[in-house]
Amino acid sequence: MSFAREHGGWVILASFVVALILTALKLPEWARIWRPGWVTLVLVYWCMAVPHRVGIVVAVALGLGLDVMNGTLFGQHALALSIVAFTTHKLHRRVRVLPLWQQGVSIFLLMLVYQSPILWITGIQGTPVDVKAFWTMPLTSMLLWPWLFVVLRDMRRKYSVT
Amino acid sequence: MTLRLWVAVVLCIGLMMTDHRHQHLADIRSAIATVMYPVQRAAHLPVEIYAWAQENLASRSDLIKINAELRRNELLVEARLEKYRELQAENRRLRRLLDSSTKVDDRVLIAELLSVDMDPFSRRILLNKGSSDGVVDGQSLIDANGIMGQIVHTSAATSTALLITDPSHALPAQVNRTGLRCIAVGTGSADTLELKHIPLNEDVRAGDLIVTSGLGGRFQPGYPVGRVLSVERDSAQSFAKVRVKPAAALERNREVLLVWPGDDNRRLPARPEDKKPKAAL
Repeated sequence: MSFAREHGGWVILASFVVALILTALKLPEWARIWRPGWVTLVLVYWCMAVPHRVGIVVAVALGLGLDVMNGTLFGQHALALSIVAFTTHKLHRRVRVLPLWQQGVSIFLLMLVYQSPILWITGIQGTPVDVKAFWTMPLTSMLLWPWLFVVLRDMRRKYSVT
Repeated sequence: MTLRLWVAVVLCIGLMMTDHRHQHLADIRSAIATVMYPVQRAAHLPVEIYAWAQENLASRSDLIKINAELRRNELLVEARLEKYRELQAENRRLRRLLDSSTKVDDRVLIAELLSVDMDPFSRRILLNKGSSDGVVDGQSLIDANGIMGQIVHTSAATSTALLITDPSHALPAQVNRTGLRCIAVGTGSADTLELKHIPLNEDVRAGDLIVTSGLGGRFQPGYPVGRVLSVERDSAQSFAKVRVKPAAALERNREVLLVWPGDDNRRLPARPEDKKPKAAL
């Protein structure tokens, strides 16, 4: 999980920074629940591509960053992302060989795994939750996955991140 | 791997519980917020570029038009301010007579909104002023028309504010016409608040102005909160359902004012002999 010793750690870091920026980008009110889970998607990609480098520690760090950025309860996104990282680790050998659209379906399920603790914790705090958001975000993430996968794969090959 | 997951889960749950119950994590939070600041700044960049382009690429005739309009506006505001100064002086005189020293002026600071999206389920905004500018937790936030919310987290360069429309926000308020005290609770939708626990027979009408009452000591008294939109009285319920439209332009502002309370504003009217003349005011 150390970036310095292995090759191309900055590519991973840069992709996460871009994902965080996309997460914070201002969208019109109606589009907010459709925003794909950028950080989660990138995390899932790296967990599948270089599982020995990106895992739960990275997930927790990213999650804490997201919590501060969103102003949510400290640890909420960290919990969700670490569960996603764990699930991806368990499944990555099986999912990696699937065609892209089938990977998209797995992404849909992973996003539901990601959403569940977040909506649950938000609900516990007494904040009314838009149930539609539970389905919209995984949907856009699923549709986006093939393109994101290709872009990140090309990046990985070009800068030979191993 | 499984062990790591359990460690992470326990850690996260611990963090959430600590964050929910206590304020110990404020330092870690603000440290992480400082690291995340460049990211949020980058997300804000398109809006900044757009504003810059709008300012710099405006045509001359547009500028002249805006200028004329601003001049006209300034005249109006100046005239109104003159009146206000007079009232302020009178108010101070009367207060001196009453021997109560509530300050009319509060110290304010203009902060700019960073256009970044936060948690879609709550109503929060990010400001470009932080603890290095003297911003503290619990400080209230206003715009030209009324109260907007309060600061909940600060870091060195930014601060997060909770808007009055957030479902977890409650604001001690008062009906201006009758003096009835009430609590204005956010609903989560951008343009509605609700007054809680208003008895059915209470005199509240659509169009009534709601102002902050200053009770609770967090918000300064007398700032407009909004106007009553509708009052539903259902005799099957024990309380009336009163909906209020916030006075502040909560979703449209780019600049907001941070208010530091004058020292005396925090003090509630304590002495009973103060009460009568105050009500007459």
